[in-house]
Order: sequence, then C-alpha cells, then structure tokens
Amino acid sequence: MNEPSETTTGRARFALGPQRGDVGERELVFDVYDLSVSYGGVQAVRDVTLPIRVREITALIGPSGCGKTTVLRCLNRMNDLIDGVRIEGQVRYHGVDLYHRGVDPVEVRRRIGMVFQKPNPFPKSVFENVAFGPRIAGFKGDMGALVEESLRKAALWDEVKDKLKDSAMTLSGGQQQRLCIARAIAVEPDVILMDEPCSALDPIATARIEDLMRELVADYTIVIVTHNMQQAARVSDRTAFFTVDVDEAGHRTGTVVEYDQTEVVFTNPRDKRTEDYVTGRFG
Amino acid sequence: MALADTRTTTDAVRRALTGRRRDLGGRLFESGLLLTLLIALATLIVLLAKIFGQGWSVFAERGTSFLTSPMSQAAGRAGIWQGIVGSLMLMAFVVVIAFPLGVGAAVYLEEYARDTRFTRFVNANIRNLAGVPSIVYGLLGLTIFVELLGFGRSVIAGGVTLAILVLPIVIITTAEALRAVPNSIREAGFGVGATKWEVVRSHVLPYAAPGIFTGTVLSISRALGETAPLLLVGAIQGTFFTGSQSLLERLQGLYTSLPTVIYTWSRQPNPDFQKLTAAAIMVLLVVLLMVNATAILLRNRYERKW
Amino acid sequence: MLGGGGAQAPRPVLTVADLRGTSRRRRKGRLIRGAFLSAAAVSVLISALIVVALVGEAVVFLSKTDLRSLWSDGWFPRRDMFDIRTIFAGTVIVSLIAMLVAAPLGLGAAIYLSEYASQRVRRRLKPALETLAGIPSVVMGFFALTVISPDLIRRLFSGAGIFNMAAAGIGVGILVTPLVASIAEDAMHAVPNSLREASYGLAARRRSTSVRVVVPAAVSGIVAALIVGVSRAIGETMVVAIAAGATGGSLFTLNPLGPGQTMTGAMAALGTGSDRVTGGTAAFNSLFFVGLLLFAMTLGLNVVSERFVRKVRRRY
Repeated sequence: MNEPSETTTGRARFALGPQRGDVGERELVFDVYDLSVSYGGVQAVRDVTLPIRVREITALIGPSGCGKTTVLRCLNRMNDLIDGVRIEGQVRYHGVDLYHRGVDPVEVRRRIGMVFQKPNPFPKSVFENVAFGPRIAGFKGDMGALVEESLRKAALWDEVKDKLKDSAMTLSGGQQQRLCIARAIAVEPDVILMDEPCSALDPIATARIEDLMRELVADYTIVIVTHNMQQAARVSDRTAFFTVDVDEAGHRTGTVVEYDQTEVVFTNPRDKRTEDYVTGRFG
Repeated sequence: MALADTRTTTDAVRRALTGRRRDLGGRLFESGLLLTLLIALATLIVLLAKIFGQGWSVFAERGTSFLTSPMSQAAGRAGIWQGIVGSLMLMAFVVVIAFPLGVGAAVYLEEYARDTRFTRFVNANIRNLAGVPSIVYGLLGLTIFVELLGFGRSVIAGGVTLAILVLPIVIITTAEALRAVPNSIREAGFGVGATKWEVVRSHVLPYAAPGIFTGTVLSISRALGETAPLLLVGAIQGTFFTGSQSLLERLQGLYTSLPTVIYTWSRQPNPDFQKLTAAAIMVLLVVLLMVNATAILLRNRYERKW
Repeated sequence: MLGGGGAQAPRPVLTVADLRGTSRRRRKGRLIRGAFLSAAAVSVLISALIVVALVGEAVVFLSKTDLRSLWSDGWFPRRDMFDIRTIFAGTVIVSLIAMLVAAPLGLGAAIYLSEYASQRVRRRLKPALETLAGIPSVVMGFFALTVISPDLIRRLFSGAGIFNMAAAGIGVGILVTPLVASIAEDAMHAVPNSLREASYGLAARRRSTSVRVVVPAAVSGIVAALIVGVSRAIGETMVVAIAAGATGGSLFTLNPLGPGQTMTGAMAALGTGSDRVTGGTAAFNSLFFVGLLLFAMTLGLNVVSERFVRKVRRRY
C-alpha cells in the first residue's frame, strides 16, 4: 500500500487548484485491496490496491484498455450486470465488504452514484430525469424543491428552469451531461463515480464540468476515470496511474503502477513508466 | 431529507447495505411475465397433443389408405388424396409465379431504384399489401381470374390468387436479404468493370441466396395453410370425382386443397369426421414442419459455403 | 508559331464515346432493368386491381339495394337484410376478445424475453413462439371449436352455445400473440443499453428499469405492435368461420357467449353458399361491399402503425 508523501508547499508546475492541507489523515471511503477482475476467463485487471479518501477527487489515469473503467465499476457493483465476470480481492466501503453475500447491490448504488462517458439522459423531460432516482427510492417530500436543488448543484438550473417540461434530448451535450450529474446528485449519494465524463464534450463544456467537480467535492467523494491527464492534473487531489502488463502469451492485464497525491505523480513520479506517460513520451 | 444514510460508522453502513433484500414485488412481476410466455407456449402444446391424440387412431386403423383415398360422405372411406394433390398443384403455381416476380421486384427496389417518391410509394404499397386480410385476395381472384379472365373455378385461378397473396412476403424477405449483402461485395464487382446486372447476378444474388430461399420457403408454408381465398375462388368443399383426368383437365376442373378439406370436415355434424379432421390436420402440420425444416436446412447449408 | 516544347504528331484523344460501352451492352442493361421494374410495378397493379374490383362491385351492390336495408335487424343477406352494424359488432367483439388475450400475453412475453431472459433461454423460447405464429388458421379454428369452446368457455359459462364468439376470439388472440410479441420485443431490444445502465446506476431494480425506462422508451414500437395485432385480428377469417357459427346470418347481438357473424365470417359464408353459382344477386354483391369496408379498415390501421414505426426510428 502506498504511503502518501509529505505535502509539498509552494506552487507546483501544473495548476492543481486549491491546496488541501493535512491530506494524509482523511477518512477512507473505499479500501480496495488486491482487486482482480476477469471477464469470461480473461483477466482484465490484477492486484489493484487503492485507498480512496473522503471528499477528495481521485483520478484513475492511463492508456486505453488498462482496466480503469473496470475498477471504477467495481466500486458500485455495476460489473454485476455483465455476464461471466469474476471479482477477487476486497472492496470495502466504509469498512463494509461490498461483495459480501448479504449486500444488496441496489442499496450500494443508492449511495455510490455514477456518471457515464456518453451522456445518457432518459427520453423524458428534464424534470422527470432528475426525479427518477428519488421516485424509485420512495421519496415522498417536495420533488420540485429536490429537483431544483439538484439542478443548482449541477450548475444547470439557470439554463433549464424554464424548460423543465421539455425533453432532455433537446439539451446540448454539455447540458445533458450536467443533467446526468444532477440526476445522480438527486438521490443524495455519498460518492459520485465518473467514467470519462468529458470525453464526448467540447473544451468549453469540459471546463464547466471540471469547475463543477471542484465545487461538488466539498460535499461528495469523487472518483474519476480520465484518459486526459491534463484534466487529472487540473482537477484531482490524488491520482492512480494504470498500465497494461503483457505476458508471454500476449494476454493484456491492467494494473496500478503508482498511486499518490496528484502533485507528486505529475512532478516527481517514482516509477519510470509513470514519468514516461505524464511527460507524454507514450500513451 | 437525506435519502441515503451517510453516517460513516461501519456498522451503520453494513446495516443499511444488507437491509432490504427481498423485493417481493419484483419477483412476482418476473413470475407473472414468465407465466404469460408459458401460457402462450402451453396452448401450443395442448393443441398439438389434442390433434395428435385424436388423429392418431385414424392412421392406426387405416394406415396410409387415409392418404390415398378420395373424399367421401362415408367417414370410414374418406381420405385426403385430392387435398394433397390440389395443394401440390397450387404450390407449383405459387412458386412459379411468386418467386420470379418477387425476387425481380425486390432486386429492382434494392439494386436499381433510386430513392424517389415513386420508390418509396412502391415500398409502402408492398408493406400495405402484406397486411391485407387474405380473404380480400380471394375477392380479387374471384373478380379478375375466375370471371374477368375466364379461368373459372380452377386450380389456375386458385394458384395465381395464392401467388399474389404471398408475393409481398417474398418481396419483403428478399429485399431484406439483399440489404444484408455488404456493399464491399458490390464495390468489388463494379471495381472490375462489371455492369449492374453482372454484379447482381454473380455477386449479390449468390450471397443473398440463402436468405432468399428461406423467404420463399416461408411463403410457401404460408400459402399451404391458406383457406379463405380459396373458398371464394372455387375450391370444392363437397365430394367430387377426379378419377382419370388428363393434366389439362385437372388444371381446368374441380379441385380442392388440404386446408379446404379440413374446413369442410370440421363443419360436419357427424362426430366421426372429427377424428378425420384431426388426422388431416396432423398431415398438414407435418408437411409444414418439413417445409420449414427444409428452409432452415437450406439456409445452413448455403451459409456454410461462405 | 508558339508550339511550346516541340510540336509532335497529335496524340489520340479519349472521347466520351469511348467510355460509353457498346450499344448492345447498354441495351441489354436497359432491358434487364425494365424487366425488374415491371416486376416491381406488378405490386402496384395488384393494389390497383384490388381497389377497382372492390369498389366496382360495391358500387353495383349499393345501386341495387335499398339503402335502408343497411340498417335492419340483422345480417341475413339471402333475405336482403344487410345490417352492417351486426357484422361490425361481431368483428369488434371477436377482435376485442382477441386483443384481451394477445396484448397481455404478447407484451408480457416480449418484456420477459427482452429484459429478463438470459441468452440461452431466449434462444430456445423465441423460436417456440414463432412456431405458434405458423399455425394455419383452420387448425386454430378446429381447436377453438373442439377444445376452447367446450373445455373453457362452456365450463365457465354454462349457458354458452357450442358456437360462440368468445371461443373464436380466444383462438384469434392466440394466433395474434406471437405477432404482437415479436414487434414489441424488437422495439424494446432496440432501446440502447446506456439507458438501462443509467437506470441501474440510479439504484433501480430490473422491474423499475423495465417498466419505467425501457417500456416508455419503446412505446411507439409497442403501440405499432398492438395496432398490427388488431389489424390481423380483424382480418382473420377461418377461426371465426369454424367456431363462431351463424353462417346463415345473425341478429344484432353483443353476447360473446353465443354465435355471431363478423365481417370476415360473413364474406366466407357468402362466398361458399349456393349464391356463388348465380353471382348476380344482391347477396353476392354485398360480399364485395363488406370486403371494401374490411380493406379500408385494415389499410387505415396499417398506415397508422407505419407512422408509429417511423417514430421509433427517429428517436435514436
């Protein structure tokens, strides 16, 4: 398990956003230990160990195909939806083994929400999109207020407040993704997982969502997968760098090379592979 | 109001996560859905069991004479020979007429036609024809073939009517098969300077052949089971005598089909005819099964060559 | 003379004519295209002939009969009583009962196959459902008369007749179920998986996802499936001809437990009676009038269902 290094003072080479003091002692939300995942007999990811801390943005970076999304989806048991998936190792959430036999994956997902790579709003109205999760969960209070609050937190309220009854499909790509964020927030989760949330968006929409992330992290723990390492450098507090191990038979298995505070990973990485990646020598 | 329990003590979280597991409503729903599916299938099984249960005794008593006897008022002697012969003749007409016309039309629509209003109209028209009730085709056959063109109440009129009935199906299935041919195959043909017809003949049609054959065989199976149009166009329901007629006389004279025989017998008050009806249905179902199995077999055999 | 770099002998120039191919080849190509075009045109011809035949004879019928007879006590064509309401009511009752069977069975099966069944189960059960669609309607008519009527209808309702519209309706419903199931299932299958993932990600279970996300997203296709089912039910002839009775004619009735006459049943009865031989009577011509009504109804339904199918394609 990687021990966090001492926080460096002063400005780093990359703009890292507001400095957070005393990072090392934060409470653990996820304790991922020796996680290995295989699909239909083929191992996708091996021996991943990632302690993820509360109210931080943790970024998973690395070239395509090294299992970042696989690991992310293990955190809210979305991989259960895939036939033939095998999960070994431990994923603990606030100390509770997520894959314990008695755990209900639906309850898990109520606390650990997800935003996907391509915005996927339901073909319903803006209001109904945000109201969907709470309705399913049996929310009986003032839905209108909940929807408004979620849309405000997702920095979308001003743009859609007159269009709540319109179809979500009429929004732009960036707006749809913020709607998906509002939708995830509406069930009041503990954690928000984001799987390359900006990869389908233009740079302006991307910047807005990155700003949004830094606002949201005050209330939620965020884990983000991104193949855009500048984004990771801009936005995250901690970064895990993934790579692919190719064995003699040509099988590709993902694994974590380095995991540390973002500043360290980008300015003073321990592993040469990390250094090669973040300086753009490959990937 | 917080929906999720965000107190982070391990015990509290564990309690929350392992709480509601039972989801009774969901399981009931799933069972209900499965039940609908099973009911639909169960009726199929009950139908087959009842038919074969009743009809088997006829074959047990009379063996193949049931297949070779002509129709008769006496239940003990009646057989489906004329129905079989009639159905075979009708199917011959259907294949000879609907297959070339249907494939030709589909080839035009998919390979030659440009996307104009006329083309879209023709396509929409074919889809509408596919949805027209079969008895309306009987009216068409009656007016045009029996009376106007003077074929009379003959196998020719019946055969042409059935051919027109299944024509839209042949066109639609052939068009689908043609659409499934990858464009790269056509481009390869054009690339070596072939004409459109040469490309279609030697590249597209062979590739689409399994799908086209399957579609044609399925239309035959549909035509085999049709009764309503034939009733209007003149298939005989009573007993009639064909004896030793020449082929030409047979084509112009009285005829019937296997489903028509089934219809006639099913309406006889004499309970002995019930068993005969069941036996005749057995034959029809077995023939349909063989035809459909042939379709699947043909498709698999041709598909392997590629 | 400005000749540039040396005036050599004029090079042979390629003209358009060289690239056109032989006239024989072109003519052959045009002939072949014409042949295929004629084949396609036949389909248009058929539609035209249907309309002409039906309208022509229907007009003859209307001109020959006292229009008041279209509103009589019942449908007794050989007695010059052509009450349209009777056969229309018969069609509505049989089709309604058929859809009461086919809608839940078909949609239920579709949801199960699309959202719940594993690949293995789907591969086995879907062909079995298609087999149900291949049963000829005479066979279903026989089944309705000899099994559904005595063992189901008459057991539940002791006053029901041997021939009753309920048994016929159920038989038609069984025939229509695979059609509804197939179209609805295709529509649901076409809903992108990303929507299901979004729903599961929001802590929904399979039932909520199926009912609140997939079905609403596929609603155009589901409506199209139901409309096609109704159209097929309306046009079904042999089941009614065998199991619903009333071949001679029928008084206006709304009782499904007794015999009744539908539009298709009336046509079948007219076409097979002794009137065929004469062919000039009003009864015979009424055959075409009813046929025209039937054609118009199913055409209208099919056009409407097409618009719903187009809505499905537009959404994604």
